[in-house]
Amino acid sequence: MSGGAELFPGPDRAAAEEILGRYPSVHRQSAVLPLLDLAQRRNGGWLPPAVVDAVGDYLDMPSMRVRELVTFYSMFHDRPVGRYLVQVCRTTPCWLRGSDEVLAGAREELGIAPGETTPDGRFTLIEVECLGACADAPVVQINDDYHERLDGEQMRAWLRDQRRPEDD
Amino acid sequence: MTEPVRDADRVFHNLDGSGDGSLAGARQRGDWDDTRALILRGRDAIQGTVREAGLRGRGGAGFSTGLKWSFMPKEPAPERPHYLIVNADESEPGTCKDREILLHEPHKLIEGTLLAGVGVSAHTAYIYVRGEFEAERRCLEAALADCYAAGLLGRDACGSGYDFDVHVHRGAGAYICGEETGLIESLEGKKGFPRLKPPFPANAGLWGFPTTVNNVETIAVVPTILRRGAPWFGGIGRPQNTGTKLFCLSGHVERPGTVEAEMGIPLRELIEHHAGGVRGGWDNLLAVIPGGSSTKVLPAAACEDLRMDFDGLREAGSALGTAGVIVMDRSTDIVAAIARLSHFYWHESCGQCTPCREGTGWVSRIMDRFVAGAAAPSDLDTLESICGQIEGHTICALGDAAAWPVQGLLTHFRDELEQRVAGGRRHLAA
Amino acid sequence: MPKLSIDGTEIEVVEGTTVLRACEQAGVEIPRFCFHERLSIAGNCRMCLVEQVGVPKPLASCAMPVTDGMQILTRSERVQAAREGVMEFLLVNHPLDCPICDQGGECDLQDQALYYGRVRSRYREAKRAVTDKDFGPLVKTVMTRCIHCTRCVRFMDEVAGVPELGTMGRGEDMEIVAALDGCLHSELSGNIVDLCPVGALTSKPYAFAARPWELSHTESVDVLDAAGSAIRIDSRDGRVLRVLPRVNEEINEEWIGDRARYAVDGLVVRRLDRPWLRADGAFRPVTWETALAAVATALQAAAPERTAALTGDLAGLEGMTALADLMRARGVDSVDCRQDGGAFGPGEPASWRFNASIAGIDRADAVLLIGTNPRREAPVINARFRKRWRAAGIPIARVGPVTDLTYPVTELGAEPVVLAELAQGSHPFAEVLGQARYPLIVVGSGALARPDGAVVLGLARQLADTVGAAGAAWNGFSVLQRSAARAGGLELGIVPADGGLDASGMQAAAREGRLDFLYLLGADEIDPEAFRDTFTVYQGHHADRGARHADVLLPGAAYTEQEATYVNTEGRPQQARPAHPPPGNARPDWKIFVALARELGSPLSYESLDGLRSRIEAAVPHLADIDQLPPPPPPPLAPFGDPDGALDAAPFEEIVPDYYRTCPISRASATMAACARAVADA
Repeated sequence: MSGGAELFPGPDRAAAEEILGRYPSVHRQSAVLPLLDLAQRRNGGWLPPAVVDAVGDYLDMPSMRVRELVTFYSMFHDRPVGRYLVQVCRTTPCWLRGSDEVLAGAREELGIAPGETTPDGRFTLIEVECLGACADAPVVQINDDYHERLDGEQMRAWLRDQRRPEDD
Repeated sequence: MTEPVRDADRVFHNLDGSGDGSLAGARQRGDWDDTRALILRGRDAIQGTVREAGLRGRGGAGFSTGLKWSFMPKEPAPERPHYLIVNADESEPGTCKDREILLHEPHKLIEGTLLAGVGVSAHTAYIYVRGEFEAERRCLEAALADCYAAGLLGRDACGSGYDFDVHVHRGAGAYICGEETGLIESLEGKKGFPRLKPPFPANAGLWGFPTTVNNVETIAVVPTILRRGAPWFGGIGRPQNTGTKLFCLSGHVERPGTVEAEMGIPLRELIEHHAGGVRGGWDNLLAVIPGGSSTKVLPAAACEDLRMDFDGLREAGSALGTAGVIVMDRSTDIVAAIARLSHFYWHESCGQCTPCREGTGWVSRIMDRFVAGAAAPSDLDTLESICGQIEGHTICALGDAAAWPVQGLLTHFRDELEQRVAGGRRHLAA
Repeated sequence: MPKLSIDGTEIEVVEGTTVLRACEQAGVEIPRFCFHERLSIAGNCRMCLVEQVGVPKPLASCAMPVTDGMQILTRSERVQAAREGVMEFLLVNHPLDCPICDQGGECDLQDQALYYGRVRSRYREAKRAVTDKDFGPLVKTVMTRCIHCTRCVRFMDEVAGVPELGTMGRGEDMEIVAALDGCLHSELSGNIVDLCPVGALTSKPYAFAARPWELSHTESVDVLDAAGSAIRIDSRDGRVLRVLPRVNEEINEEWIGDRARYAVDGLVVRRLDRPWLRADGAFRPVTWETALAAVATALQAAAPERTAALTGDLAGLEGMTALADLMRARGVDSVDCRQDGGAFGPGEPASWRFNASIAGIDRADAVLLIGTNPRREAPVINARFRKRWRAAGIPIARVGPVTDLTYPVTELGAEPVVLAELAQGSHPFAEVLGQARYPLIVVGSGALARPDGAVVLGLARQLADTVGAAGAAWNGFSVLQRSAARAGGLELGIVPADGGLDASGMQAAAREGRLDFLYLLGADEIDPEAFRDTFTVYQGHHADRGARHADVLLPGAAYTEQEATYVNTEGRPQQARPAHPPPGNARPDWKIFVALARELGSPLSYESLDGLRSRIEAAVPHLADIDQLPPPPPPPLAPFGDPDGALDAAPFEEIVPDYYRTCPISRASATMAACARAVADA
């Protein structure tokens, strides 16, 4: 249990323990994905190596086993991401309904290519595979939220809105 | 016919979320109505009813649900608890039905989980929700909290004397975790590498214990089947293809969406009456992927009298899969549409076994060459043969799923591919 | 017992047998890359696919259990096609750089490609390139060659118990990586080189040294610890180029420690390859005749009671016997094989042997380690403890300092007093041992080399009685030696006669000017400072510590250069064989003594190796039963040690602080020095 207090301070401690409580105590490792997610949320949307190792310590897992997970599961990020993680679905159902235009709108608005982060650290743009909302295509996931049935202009408008300085 | 399913036969009454999704609302629609009595029927009766109803798994493979449950040991040994896992890792392109259940009909799922749990003698269930489904997970967890508060779950669930816990487990982004043993690995805190079978999960599943993994929709229809009886469910559709089914209509239709329809509904009726028709009219139809990305594409000609059930689609050379219907009109670059799917499988291959790890990327790269019109004449044969080298040679079905869309393309749109060979037909002819 | 047919031949196999094993039993070879008998089944390479009649998909035979009535085809067109398909996939991203690959000639992929590979590649895409990883001084990586079989990962996880390798990324991007750059923290890491079916992991020290077909192979045993691991020495032109493990199920299965494998570069540096004589404070090279004459003169001048001989940790039975015979013929009583002063019960084999046998660890159901760190003292034995723990989760406790043994250990503290509590049965773990059917009590050689070693030995023996560990069917009282020579010396009785001096007695006598002549046979693990003023003859292959104050240096042969018998910690005699002759004017140890005896005018009773070995057999018959465990002394356990003596307050200490450098050969090895540095840096 070493590192638990520093890893999950304050209310996260209870959240972490609640997650652990879902699994038999001999199978603590089962909590690793939700706990990595919790840790990632508390670390600005990405998982620095020290945090990954701390999750391993917390769960008595060899750090290598945890690091593998971070690179296996696409929702974990081992490098910093922008405050808004803009994930444009590229798979066929979304593509049939204009995901190319949505992506183009995002690229133009943000001035970056997929895989890049805006210089102000505000937006990271990536293409992702099927988000499982095909009947509401095209779909863009931004942080936790799905934005559905978008077109290129709506994408641009939304991104523009998030640039308002009063947000800072 | 204007309704995909008679209202009287409808299982899901709030699929579109227009009604009250809360526990109270669900109760008004008949959920949680004397669940105690259903529980008290006991495992054998529950298994029997589900089997008689002919319910087949709604997650893609279409295996008999009652039969699957019967593979579990009869009674759990004290040191070998049984587990039920609900697969809500919905990620098959074209498929978005479980999402609607999680959002708008969570009580159908939770009640079904409890009853299916009784059906396999499990006292604990995990619902594995794909990580991206944050809103869906919140809806489900809120509904679960209400159920616990109302005594429907937990100790003495519904006053039945049966203890039952349901936990939500969130995934973290990996299509392969929709494969049942990849899901179990993931739930154990590992990479979602599918397991070698045997042993099957019913013998050695979660943490080595007997486990049944079922799709969300499969579980969510169980309470209604138990309430209304096997003859009712079995009377809808054809033998071996019974009941109602959620169909996801995406792509080039006027009103994309998820609808409940009788099994065996003609594709044309499904599209025209329940999705507003093909964009630009039926004659503008180019092709349909009828059951999620893994199923083979069918050209318009094959869609005319297509019956949307397991046998109908098998006879047409495709499969019902998840019933995720991807509609493509004549504006579609069909090669690019399938190439995107090849890219998907390449991206989602877990990397564990050789044919899939090395083959999906190769297929995707060749497909990209066809899209770009830069394919070599030999690429056609290479594509065909490497799909055959992947199919049936991998640990799990992802390899097959990667091969089938391309094989469907080769079967029905070979001429399209030939035209993409650098230099076009002329080159080929020479 | 299920019956099945394989290519039409009926065979009956044990329930639970896999199809692959059944095929092997039927004499049908199944190609495989990921499958390995001693690792968990991964089933990932798909090379072992076979056809089952009536089943649409081919089966991975490595993972599929046999069921009754199965009809398996291994040579059908479908099987051939399936394997050709897999082979093509394996090769599309494989660099085909065989001409510059050290695996060439002993590469599973290369071999199988002959049967299943296409003549020409039809892969037109860019090949994957993978950045090489730094696995430290021993394992060279060329990761572009990796076929992702995960044998290395599984070995480190399962056998070595050091989960420092893993797979990063997913799908086509998956790569094998190490937790830390520059070092694998395992004494068994070199085994992943053997396990790698391709040239992704090769031996770094052996890089570009030779092609396999240029090498001579010599089957031998390792002597750099006391396990007696089976090895194959590969040499060319009078030089050992590498050491590989051989299978010996009763000892090392098919693993060896990194020292056994990689210290051999130390065989060619700092070697004594001619006799030297000290005159006026400086050494000068001399002929054998001159050297032996000088030794004989000094020996004849010294009174027997002022003469002593000490044998070292790498000495074989033949050398030790000849030296002892030579000395005893002169009436010398001060002969000892225990440089470290280990307090073994003289004449009581049970007091120095690993009586349970190494394979017996597979039966142990409770283990107590006393003053030993088996991971450093004998890594292959430690791997066996780990294997047993993985199989049965047995309780393992230790009296000694806390270190990571790669399996969970109940730490009872490093204070020797715990031992007294255990021996009296008042400690809870004594109860655990008492309830076990096969309790195993392992006493480290370091624990017996303490001033209170006899008390430790006596208490451990008493504990064995208390918990019923030493019976007719099972003797769990086991000493873990760390020197390859020690058990042999003790079996031969190379200990001082009544009135003779032991190792520390020799030091005391030398300091007090009561020792005129000392013969050191490769004795390098004792502080030679005391012998500064004693006429000392050092015979060995390296001019290591023991040579510091010597007056004559006689070049002996290393274990790779002479016929010699070694007795491992179990008491099992095994033979080391020369891969090539000793360098320069160096000679096999026993021949030097034969020559010296002649020079002294009192030849030994044998002049040939056979004669010498007959002499050994006559003295201790079971030492001629090569490769066999010795007959166990009949129960009950003889009394030995001093259970009533006073224990020291000093805690047990780590006795092998540096695994990589423990003997003259490993201390001379640049590779071992690099390993020690890498561990220190990491």
